[in-house]
Amino acid sequence: MVELRTPLRKVRGLGSTRSGTSHFWAVRVTSVALVPLSLFVIGLLLSLAGTSFLEARATLANPLIFVPVILFILISLEHMRLGMQEVVSDYIHSELLKVALMMLNSFFAVLIGATCVFSLLKIAFGG
Amino acid sequence: MVELTLPKNSQIRTGKTWPKPAGATNLREYKIYRWSPDDGQNPSIDTYFVDADDCGPMVLDALLWIKNNIDPTLTLRRSCREGICGSCAMNIDGSNTLACTKGADDITGAVKIYPLPHMPVVKDLVPDLTVPYAQLTSIEPYLKTVSPEPAKEWLQSHEDRQKLDGLYECILCFCCQTSCPSYWWNGDRYLGPAVLLQAYRWLIDSRDEATGERLDNLEDPFRLYRCHTIMNCAQTCPKGLNPAKAIAEIKKMMVERHV
Repeated sequence: MVELRTPLRKVRGLGSTRSGTSHFWAVRVTSVALVPLSLFVIGLLLSLAGTSFLEARATLANPLIFVPVILFILISLEHMRLGMQEVVSDYIHSELLKVALMMLNSFFAVLIGATCVFSLLKIAFGG
Repeated sequence: MVELTLPKNSQIRTGKTWPKPAGATNLREYKIYRWSPDDGQNPSIDTYFVDADDCGPMVLDALLWIKNNIDPTLTLRRSCREGICGSCAMNIDGSNTLACTKGADDITGAVKIYPLPHMPVVKDLVPDLTVPYAQLTSIEPYLKTVSPEPAKEWLQSHEDRQKLDGLYECILCFCCQTSCPSYWWNGDRYLGPAVLLQAYRWLIDSRDEATGERLDNLEDPFRLYRCHTIMNCAQTCPKGLNPAKAIAEIKKMMVERHV
């Protein structure tokens, strides 16, 4: 087929979305937050190795431990969701598949997040 | 989707090995990508032998020697032969550079030459750069002002002029543009390193009054934010410029007006 649209028309396309900076900034903010949180969680896991279930549960019930752990999980999941969204934007060019994967990506992050929150609450406070 | 294999009609065959020039003692082997839109054949790699004693030192000299002495159908763009026009950009020995400033002696073994990667090919080493040119047009690479024009020139301090160093030298050869994997996968929507470097050249120009509109037009998940600092652009630039840094500066401006 003969191409009748000008190259500039194709390059301008649907125009600029005037967005993307929030996403870029959110990736940076979550990365910075994850530096201390990851170190904390690694340290916690090492210190909990070899302890009994009851001891580990008592440790997690401490708000000074519980809060950073839950923040680590939620912020990691948001960081993961943002990153995976970039991967989909980069590599998936079929519109239908792209929209479906973007949705699945968000559903997956929320599902894992809800499961983790429930599990941690149950461990810390469950009878 | 990412293309990991070439489509059937782009798969490269072994081509013709041209006879060695008679009487030459200092031979240099060149393996060159050939494709013609006219014969319906797949691309091929032809092998040529250049008499290095009868030929200038640069890869462009050898290409022209081949064209003059062996095969006049070999097709390439060239003009200034001194690294300022950007016409002879091609993939030499695995990286994009200018044939006129790349010394053949810097390469060990056979010199392998392909057109700029992931662009449609017009013929042999000539890529179709229509899209990058349109992308350059889209960022309006010229001074935009509203204030009444001064009687003489628009003035600029020495400090502000220095901000254009490392940007104004770009010759638009598109070596960086076509070395960028993000541009390969999303070249229809991502503006690419060469065009974003030009965009930054006008964003940082103290005389320009359209900075906000320029940022508006760039702020887009595809136009700007497909850059993932892969750095191929800075690695390959034959003029030693750093498009990745220019893009990072644009992102900084975006954050500055956003946060």
